[in-house]
Amino acid sequence: MAIDAATVRKVARLARIAEPEERIEALAQELNGIMTWIEQLAEVDTDGVEPMTSVVGAGAPLREDVVTMGGDAVAITLNAPKSTGGFFVVPKVVE
Amino acid sequence: MNALTSLTLKAALDGLEAGDFTSVELTRAHIEAVEAARPLNAFLLETPDQALAMAAASDARRALGAAGPLDGAPLGIKDLFCTHGVRTTAASKILEPFVPQYESTVTSQLWRDGAVMLGKLNLDEFAMGSSNETSAYGPVINPWRKGGSNQALTPGGSSGGSATAVAADLCLGATATDTGGSIRQPAAFTGTVGIKPTYGRCSRWGVVAFASSLDQAGPIAKTVEDAALLLTSMCGHDPKDSTSLDVPVPDFAAFVGKSVKGLRIGIPKEYRVDNMPAEIEKLWADGIAWLKEAGCEIVEVSLPHTKYALPAYYIVAPAEASSNLARYDGMRYGLRAEGANLTEVYENTRAAGFGDEVKRRILIGTYVLSAGYYDAYYLKALKVRRRIAEDFDRAWEKCDALLTPTAPSAAFGLGENSNDPIAMYLNDVFTVTTNLAGLPGLSLPAGLDANGLPLGLQIIGKPLDEGTVFSVAGALEKAAGFKAKATKWW
Repeated sequence: MAIDAATVRKVARLARIAEPEERIEALAQELNGIMTWIEQLAEVDTDGVEPMTSVVGAGAPLREDVVTMGGDAVAITLNAPKSTGGFFVVPKVVE
Repeated sequence: MNALTSLTLKAALDGLEAGDFTSVELTRAHIEAVEAARPLNAFLLETPDQALAMAAASDARRALGAAGPLDGAPLGIKDLFCTHGVRTTAASKILEPFVPQYESTVTSQLWRDGAVMLGKLNLDEFAMGSSNETSAYGPVINPWRKGGSNQALTPGGSSGGSATAVAADLCLGATATDTGGSIRQPAAFTGTVGIKPTYGRCSRWGVVAFASSLDQAGPIAKTVEDAALLLTSMCGHDPKDSTSLDVPVPDFAAFVGKSVKGLRIGIPKEYRVDNMPAEIEKLWADGIAWLKEAGCEIVEVSLPHTKYALPAYYIVAPAEASSNLARYDGMRYGLRAEGANLTEVYENTRAAGFGDEVKRRILIGTYVLSAGYYDAYYLKALKVRRRIAEDFDRAWEKCDALLTPTAPSAAFGLGENSNDPIAMYLNDVFTVTTNLAGLPGLSLPAGLDANGLPLGLQIIGKPLDEGTVFSVAGALEKAAGFKAKATKWW
C-alpha cells in the first residue's frame, strides 16, 4: 500500500499536526520508504500466533478504590499555558 | 585530571566512608568538571546549588552514621525523568517550560539512598533517536575522537548525554532509559557500561513515556560493579506503575566477580550481519575466547526471527508513541501555539513543539493504527513480537545467557546518518530484540577499533536473571582489561 499525498494529509489531520503543503510530498516519500522496509514482516508465518501486547504476565493488579493523589489544583495547573483560579483556560469549544 | 572525578562510584563511596573527602568536596569537583565540559552539550540543565545542598545534607547524615548505599555520590539524570521543581524537557520544545510537581519513582529511590543530583542530561527528543541529533537543544558531542581527527562524533542515543557525562568523568553514574537500545548503544559508543533490566524491574512512573510496553530505565556507569550498585537502588516494586514487578531486588553487586565456570553462553548465529566490521567480529571472538577461558561452555543458538525485530519495533514503538504523545495538546502543560479554533490550536502547537523525527514516528504510528491498517500492520507486528520472544524461550533451553556485539559499528560522525531514517534505525539491530522480549541486556566496553574508538559487547539474560548477566559481565570486564579513556579536548 503506497502512501500518497492524500494519505499524509489525512494522517497528519488525525495526529493533529499541521504539516505545511510543501512538506507533504517529501513526507509521503519518507513514510513510503519506511513502510516498504516494514513490509518484510509479511514473510513471517504468524498463523495461530496470539498477539503479544505485554511481556509482563496477564492480569492487571488491583488496588483499593481510594484517592491517592489529588486535591491540589495549584500544583496541577502550575504548568498550564493559561490558567485562572485553579482552572485550565482553553480555547472556546462551544459557539 | 582531577583525582576526585576520575574515581569509580565504588571507590568514591569507599573514600566517603573512610573520611578521605566529603561529599561537598566530591560534588564541587564534579560541578567544576561539568562547567568545563559545556562544549560537549551533555547537560540541558545544571543544578549546582541543589547539588551542594544535597551534598551537605549527605555529609551530615554520614556524620550521624546514617549514610545510605549511594550517600554523597553525584549523579546525572537523563532529562526524561521528572524531577520535582526542576525543569524536565525530554529534549523537546513542547516541554520547554515544564517544571514537574512530582518526582519520578526511580530518581526518588536514588535520593532515598543518598545520591546527589548534578543536573539534567541531554537526549534525543522524547528518546527517539540513535545519535542525539534529534534533541531540540543540539546534539551531545562524544568525548571520544578518532585518532588524529577533530571530527565531532555522536555519543549514540537516545541516552547520549548520560553516556557522555559518565565517559567524560562529569558524574559518577547516570540514569538512562532504553526503548530499543538507548542505554546500550550509547554505552558502547562511549566506553561505558549500561544495563537495561528486565521489563518491569524499574518503575516507569514519572518517566516521560515513549513506548510504554518497551520503555525501561537503567544506569550508565564507569564499571560493571558501579552499574550493579546503581541498578539495585533504581529497581523495586511501585504500585503507581501497573507493569512494575512485585519481586525482590537482589544485591546485584554481589554477582559481580562470581565465578562463571560451567555457565552455558549462547552465540546467536543470526547476529552475524552483512557488512559487520571485521573489528566487531574479532571483538566478539575475543569475548567468546575470554568466557571459554573463564570456564564457560559456548553453544551456538538460533534466533531465527532476529531480522524482523526492527521492522516490528518500528510499528509497535510508533503506535504506542502516537498514543502516548497525544497528551501534548497545549492545554494542561507545555507549549501552546495560537490558532483560529481548537483544532488549529492543537495542530499548530504540535507542529511547533515536535521535531521532525518525533513527527515522523507519530505519523507512522497514527497510520498503522488507523482504520483499515490496524490488522495488517499493528496486529501483525504484535504476532511477530511473540515469535521473537519465543525464539529466546527456545534459546534458554540450551544456554544461560547470550553474548553478542552491542552495535554494528563504532561511533559515527554527526550528520553521517541523519538523512536516512532506516540507516539510523539499523543501529539498534542487536539491542532491540531484548526490548521486544522484555529481557535484561548489558553493554560493556571490550576493545578499541583501529581509530581508537571503543566497541561494546552485549550480554542478554533470562527474565529477572540480571545476576547472571552481571557475573558474565564481571568476567568479561576482568579479561578485557579495558582501561582506555577519551583524551580530554574540551
